[in-house]
Amino acid sequence: MGVSVIVFGLVQLVPGDPIRLALGTRFDQETYDALLARSGLDQPLVTQYFSWAGRALTGDLGVSFRSGETVTSLIAERLPATLTLAFASILVALLIAVPLGTLSALRPRSVVDRVATVLSQIGISVPEFWMAIVLILVFAGTLGWLPSGGYVPLTEDPAGWAQRLLMPAVVTGVVSGSVITRFVRSSVLEALGADHVRTAQAKGLPGRQVFTWHVLRNALLPLVTVTGVQLAYLLSGVVVVEIVFAWPGLGQLALQAVQSRDYPVLQGAILLFAVVFLLINLVVDLLYTAIDPRIRR
Amino acid sequence: MSATLLEVADLRVRLRTPRGPAEVVNGLSYTVGRGETVAVVGESGSGKSVSVLALLGLLPARLATVTGSARLDGEDLLTMSPERLRQVRGPGVGMVFQDPMTSLNPVLTIGRQLVEGIRAHGEVSKAAARERAAGLLAEVGLPDPRRALDRYPHELSGGMRQRVVIAIALANNPSLLIADEATTALDVTVQAQILDLVAGLQSEHGTGVIWITHDLGVVAGIADRVLVMYGGRCVEDGTVDDVLERPAHPYTRGLLGALPDLASSDDGELATVPGVPPAPTDLPPGCVFWPRCPVRSDPRCATEQPPLAVVGASDGALPHRAATWCEEGSPR
Repeated sequence: MGVSVIVFGLVQLVPGDPIRLALGTRFDQETYDALLARSGLDQPLVTQYFSWAGRALTGDLGVSFRSGETVTSLIAERLPATLTLAFASILVALLIAVPLGTLSALRPRSVVDRVATVLSQIGISVPEFWMAIVLILVFAGTLGWLPSGGYVPLTEDPAGWAQRLLMPAVVTGVVSGSVITRFVRSSVLEALGADHVRTAQAKGLPGRQVFTWHVLRNALLPLVTVTGVQLAYLLSGVVVVEIVFAWPGLGQLALQAVQSRDYPVLQGAILLFAVVFLLINLVVDLLYTAIDPRIRR
Repeated sequence: MSATLLEVADLRVRLRTPRGPAEVVNGLSYTVGRGETVAVVGESGSGKSVSVLALLGLLPARLATVTGSARLDGEDLLTMSPERLRQVRGPGVGMVFQDPMTSLNPVLTIGRQLVEGIRAHGEVSKAAARERAAGLLAEVGLPDPRRALDRYPHELSGGMRQRVVIAIALANNPSLLIADEATTALDVTVQAQILDLVAGLQSEHGTGVIWITHDLGVVAGIADRVLVMYGGRCVEDGTVDDVLERPAHPYTRGLLGALPDLASSDDGELATVPGVPPAPTDLPPGCVFWPRCPVRSDPRCATEQPPLAVVGASDGALPHRAATWCEEGSPR
């Protein structure tokens, strides 16, 4: 509810008149008024909000000003691409972060640790679009190994799907992975220093068992939280990467909607991002109860 | 006492700290016989815990340098291979840690934490190990042990958790049990139960016990021998009667003087040992206790560390020794 008000309000702040934009430069007042009335934009904002919110509750997010398609179908069309990219990215991120963070924590201030720190600092600081462009130049341009962008569904061409997914997933995965590496390092370090690890050693457990069940198992808890936050960010924040790689996802849709003042699409997309965010938080909370017995009753 | 179980000789531990190397344990030597209880007493920071953690190689290797020897049944714990040390942890030496709130893994069940310890030392089926775990919990006096196996540490009270920690330490029938402030965090009635429990197990299995504490009441109750530590050294040792009844070192006297005496009629202030223990990074050149010593009767006190020497007659077979320049029998 609160979210929907904010979404609606923010979109109203976007300057520009969608009807004018849709009609182009030459139009008469009559057509303009008719369109205005049909789109409901002549109503007071409060009325507009309630009619939009009411319909949104039933799953009807309205019709695009630009293409005339329903917003729900537009979003449904783009959602698989964004989900694919987000999950692939988080996979890349975890594949980088868990081994690297763990190694750094096991040998603090060692060469491995220093290298990992520098790398993750670079990963956090380098802008995504720059990394994306460099990758495209190298792998699509010079080496010609991968297509520079685009998307084909998995069901049509699995190899092409994987090839096109690789670079965008690596770009966003490296950024998220850099953030997660830091968290893994600190949570493993903390878990290593815990008293119960000493108890486990004193029992005479083999080192590997101590590490898996008494260090990693406990370091997992904070990792779930950061991974959730990063996933939510990836689902809603991959606009730049989607554009550079011509990835037909929700980020691209939202950007196009902003450019054409397509309020219903923009509101729909933002609302979806908000809902996704809440859903991921819910999933994280549920996962927490599964892995941390202190939370369940 | 009977045959020697553990023989610690010239144990030294140096820790790397941000403020330079710290000599936390400085040439500690003692023995523990089978079925014998040795109490190690001293203030916080006197090196008690570090000295026992060093025995089991539980200090972080990056920070600690341990020298000397510690022979358990003739085998040196400090030089054995990591795999052999792992085998000794558990069946050779069981260890009970100070804080029951943090020494159990919060995300694993009690049963799991017991079973993994049992199964690490021999081919035991899961079911048999669980059976043994339930038996151990019953032995340490945990009500409803079978249900407790499926509980998590946070579902138990501090006293119950400490019993679990003790059960874990006893899981492989260790020949030596080290209890590091095992009852300090517990209230007195629970403490008494646990002391009874350990005494019972000891007479049953002939376990040697090192009981680290700063509670002299506990010492008087359970110990055969006492070792008083100060500044990483043993400053006095002997039978419990010798040390508690006829303390020779000014520090031991200070400790005993700091005990509240319920029987005494004067309601004056509690005696204290003024000052704080020396920082292990900056030990005094002479007697470690010199900066706080109320006696300082000998010119060597400030310049030379007194050796551990026999003081007076002992009623036991063990010598009563103290590291002090103070004259024998000087007034208390």
